[in-house]
Amino acid sequence: MALQPLAVPSPQRPKSPLRGRLEPYLYVLPATLLIASLMVVPITIVVRYSLLEESVTVDGAPFAGLSNYFAVLSDTEFQQSVANTLVFVVVSVLAHLLIGLGFASMLNSPLLHRVPLAIFRGIFLLPWVFTAAVVAVLWRLLLDPDGVINFLLTTVGLPGDTAWLGDTATALGAVTFMNIWAGYPFFMVSMLAGMQTISPTLMEAARVDGAGVIRRFWSVTLPQMRGVIVSMTLLDMIWTSQQFALIWIATGGGPLSSTSVLSTYTYKLAFSSYEFSEAAASAVLVLLISLVLAVLYVRHDRKAQR
Amino acid sequence: MKRGGMTNRQRTRIARVALWIGLLIGAAFAGLPVLWMLSSSLKTNVDMFASPPHLIPPTITFDAYTSILTDPEKLRFFANSIIVGILVTALTLVVASLGAYGLSRWEFRGKSILRVFIISVQAVPPITLLIPFFGLVVALGLYNSYQGLILTYLVFTLPYAIVMMTAYFDTVPRELDESIKVDGGSAWTALWRVIMPVSVPGLASVAIYTFVLSWNEYLFALTLTQTNDMRTVPVGIQLFMGQLSYQWNEIMAMSVLGSIPVLALFLFLQRYFLGGLTSGSVKG
Repeated sequence: MALQPLAVPSPQRPKSPLRGRLEPYLYVLPATLLIASLMVVPITIVVRYSLLEESVTVDGAPFAGLSNYFAVLSDTEFQQSVANTLVFVVVSVLAHLLIGLGFASMLNSPLLHRVPLAIFRGIFLLPWVFTAAVVAVLWRLLLDPDGVINFLLTTVGLPGDTAWLGDTATALGAVTFMNIWAGYPFFMVSMLAGMQTISPTLMEAARVDGAGVIRRFWSVTLPQMRGVIVSMTLLDMIWTSQQFALIWIATGGGPLSSTSVLSTYTYKLAFSSYEFSEAAASAVLVLLISLVLAVLYVRHDRKAQR
Repeated sequence: MKRGGMTNRQRTRIARVALWIGLLIGAAFAGLPVLWMLSSSLKTNVDMFASPPHLIPPTITFDAYTSILTDPEKLRFFANSIIVGILVTALTLVVASLGAYGLSRWEFRGKSILRVFIISVQAVPPITLLIPFFGLVVALGLYNSYQGLILTYLVFTLPYAIVMMTAYFDTVPRELDESIKVDGGSAWTALWRVIMPVSVPGLASVAIYTFVLSWNEYLFALTLTQTNDMRTVPVGIQLFMGQLSYQWNEIMAMSVLGSIPVLALFLFLQRYFLGGLTSGSVKG
């Protein structure tokens, strides 16, 4: 055995060249088939629905052109949902970025020992563990008119009888706040990972040059982290614009569609009003918005990898 | 080095105090709502909205937990979530590993298109797929079944899992595959005998990501199931809210119980947990 030269092909070889060329396709086939059939087929169906009158409920529904799109775009509830989605996404993502950066810089501080910092890191990550349904019911309890948040407000002399989720003036702010609480940890972890890749010598050099904490943050940390910050912001925009469960369970889009966002609007059209064609048109519009964000993300990612 | 009349040591001390204050405020923001959930799950409903509120319940009771853990209907939510989660995870690991192996070890025509396809499908919003999926699942006779949910979740877990596993396999030296081939083994043997065993950390990250995604999913679980015996935990929590809006202690106990699996994964496998969720986003 030991005498056998390495160059001699083993019994199973040589393979036929055809099988060799086909082999990679066999490996990627199951995944490709699954993703294609469960992604491409549904997207084709939803586009088709959106171009028909009364799809799903009626067989052989006639072609409706773009009329479903016009109906959706001129619906005031859709317009309000677009505005609400914009507020929800912009405020959530900005807050995630600020809190994420702030918490990550505290956790990355050289001033404290590693053990307390690890404990704080664990606590800061806590909201991440909870699924949106849990976050929604927990904050419904906290924000109840008779709840603990209102009690805390009265102790500092503020009015404490607001029905945060039940008042059109405060509901959107309240669900956005809930989303901020639930979503910052992911940002924080990524920021922390990014900060830990900054070379300590660079920081030390800045310190020796007399740069204070704030100056070092602006002139060293932020420029070094630009790539992570842009990727995370775009990813978070994609996710936040798709948020459904949190809002649906917290308010159902109400009161009076004051917290209606694109996902809850589309869901209601389909499964409360059974307007499947208009819902499909709305779903396609949501897809287009996500694709724009995704293209921006991929372009940024390509640039960063180069 | 002096500035503003303070010594270096004084400045460090002030910075350290400010840091502690910041950390404590952050901990209160993150942790107090969670403590409140725990405390409310141990309260009687009479004490729920007591004024002033109690963080430590005046009478601690485990009634809410006993009532959930002895109710077959609610236990079924957990069983459903666990069954769906485990099956989705197992299928994802196998299918994604095969695909990733193909992408990592061969050059073939259409490979770059396939990569772009796999990455871009991740941007498709769930709400866009919901309506056609509902139609498809009903047409296939999979409405209100595990199969319907499992098939759906695969669409969301596979793209990410393939990207992750390809990246992981790329770090496994090709000499390992070669060593098997020299001994007369095929690429198939190399995958199962050598590549998979050394890729356990990557597989663990993907498994955790997949299980958590499946455990947390709400939109499709709500729409593709109909009867309570097929509902998963997130939908169960919401149903609870609708039916018994005054049983806050049970709602909170259900929330605590429903968070334990993810919390446990997080505590015991934190390295893989964070690895799986952040590796996609952190680039220089």
